[in-house]
Amino acid sequence: MSIPAVATRGLGKRYGRHWALSDCTLSIPAGLVVGLVGPNGAGKSTFIGLMTGMLGPTTGSIEVLGGPAPNSPEQLARIGYVAQGTPIYGGLSVADHLRFGARTNPGWDAALAARRIQDLGLDLGQKAGKLSGGQQAQLALTLGLAKRPELLILDEPIASLDPLARHEFLQSLMAAIAERELGIIMSSHLIGDLEHVCDYLVVLAGSRVVLDGPVAELLACHHLVTGRRRDGTSLPPGVQVITQSHTDRQSTFLVYSTVPVIDATLAAEPVDLEQLVLAYMGGAARTTPALEVQR
Amino acid sequence: MIWMTWRQFRPAAIAASATLVVLAAAVAATRPTLLSLYTSAGLPACHTACASDASNFLGSVRSSYTGKIFWAGIGIMYLVPAVIGLFWGAPLIAREIDSGTFRLAWSQSVTRARWATVKLTMIGGATMLTAGLMSLLIGWWSSPLYQAANQAGPNTFQISRLSPTMFSTTGIVPLGYAAFAFTLGAAAGVLLRRTLPAMAVTLAVFAAIQVLVPMLVRPHVIPPVQTTHAVSAVQIGPAMIGAHGLYSLGLLGISGHPGALILGNRLVGEAGQTLTRLPSACDFGPPDSAFSSCLARHGIRIVVSYQPASRYWELQSAETGMYLLLAAGLGGLCYCAIRRRQRAA
Repeated sequence: MSIPAVATRGLGKRYGRHWALSDCTLSIPAGLVVGLVGPNGAGKSTFIGLMTGMLGPTTGSIEVLGGPAPNSPEQLARIGYVAQGTPIYGGLSVADHLRFGARTNPGWDAALAARRIQDLGLDLGQKAGKLSGGQQAQLALTLGLAKRPELLILDEPIASLDPLARHEFLQSLMAAIAERELGIIMSSHLIGDLEHVCDYLVVLAGSRVVLDGPVAELLACHHLVTGRRRDGTSLPPGVQVITQSHTDRQSTFLVYSTVPVIDATLAAEPVDLEQLVLAYMGGAARTTPALEVQR
Repeated sequence: MIWMTWRQFRPAAIAASATLVVLAAAVAATRPTLLSLYTSAGLPACHTACASDASNFLGSVRSSYTGKIFWAGIGIMYLVPAVIGLFWGAPLIAREIDSGTFRLAWSQSVTRARWATVKLTMIGGATMLTAGLMSLLIGWWSSPLYQAANQAGPNTFQISRLSPTMFSTTGIVPLGYAAFAFTLGAAAGVLLRRTLPAMAVTLAVFAAIQVLVPMLVRPHVIPPVQTTHAVSAVQIGPAMIGAHGLYSLGLLGISGHPGALILGNRLVGEAGQTLTRLPSACDFGPPDSAFSSCLARHGIRIVVSYQPASRYWELQSAETGMYLLLAAGLGGLCYCAIRRRQRAA
């Protein structure tokens, strides 16, 4: 098994008396596109702050690409970070930003940066503060990609963009991944943004990890089951109810089961990622032990 | 990182250079007028007993527009460190925190410790260079005045390099002030994490320091000299008389010690005892020779504590060193606070 992108053990971060992230133990495989999903305030930015070394943990430990959270030039060079709101220096030109990247990163890929700026149609002499929000995000992404990291971490990169700019941003991110080996961890409070791009999902709710696993596996193991009104306990053995809803005549369950749910009185259908994430964010317990058994 | 720090600082560097050029032009344009007054007072030819020529010169400067230029120079030297602290120091890091760009800077392959070090030392160096050049220009312009003041003794212009108002605007002390104001601004920015509050705190603290140090610290950095003089050997100004009697005479100067900074005095009787009231025969009227000779007749002498003018560079070095130490401490505070964000928020 290769070195995970991010491995944590009992990781927690407290601000005063409030735990922004608590009891987080997980291992995110390298080389995947990982979605970090949760409602606002669930701890996504805190988790990303800990991964990028912007913050230090209150408890527990974190390893990124087998090393510490970036604190040395060598480790910083391996990990790219596009922060929330995609900050850029408003008073400096696009060319200044590229020069900044070139001067501060030993692995800087000037050709890649130049090509991306050209493809985006950005004017090198333009002040970055005068660019549109989408262009600013693309410039920040260019800086993150051209330093040639092994892992690129993005915190809500598209939250403030309009739908077209979102689409373009994700498209250019996917194009960059297609070109080379690069792991991505990207957070969003909207699962819809990540649904079509993620291989792996981590769901945070109430400062805890409530679900994590490969997307394909998560979808294969969860089912939407509908039948005549009944109690959750009357479902076949081995089936774990995540959420349930009832009308006068009918019951609907979102269930976790590693085997197909076969019951003549029930209709089972696949879930989509949005239903799944919403169910877990609604306060369901974490089910990774079962998933780990299956892996 | 050095290139980026320079690139971010470039507009400020251009502004500072332009200010220096304008100042140099103003100095070059107005100094000949000052020199012509110096020449017409006969000072270049005077080698001994020049007090009256020097007084004449100071008087003529005072009544011409060059006197206003002198005060403007002092005003500029007070403003420079404050402006540097406000506009170079406070935003140095606070603006990066305000706008979130510190995350962009910290995610390049440069440690934040190096980021902070380069920023603080480069801009701190520029700060001291700017203040030093300004002090040099304005000091050069004012040099005939300070020289004449040294020859004239107590003068109506009240020019003296040791005076509380002028000491911190001359010599090397402005470098220390500027370095201190800059790191004070930077530290306030790191701790408050917002540009505007950091600027407000910098201004308040720096203004307080600029008032308190000349009053409370400077006179005592080096223990003052204390000597006993005949009343006729001092120039007496108004007296300070309180509820419990006489406090001290307002001394203008001591004969033979031109430019000394007088810190205090007390009257002593023949037996050396401190007097708290004047002999009834000597009514304190307008300070004149009758009053002085009355005191002398009663065997009264005066004990004066002061900093002699010869200690100017000693006092300058001590105060500059003190500010540079403070600046180094504040710079270290910034450095540690930025590094510590690794562990705490």
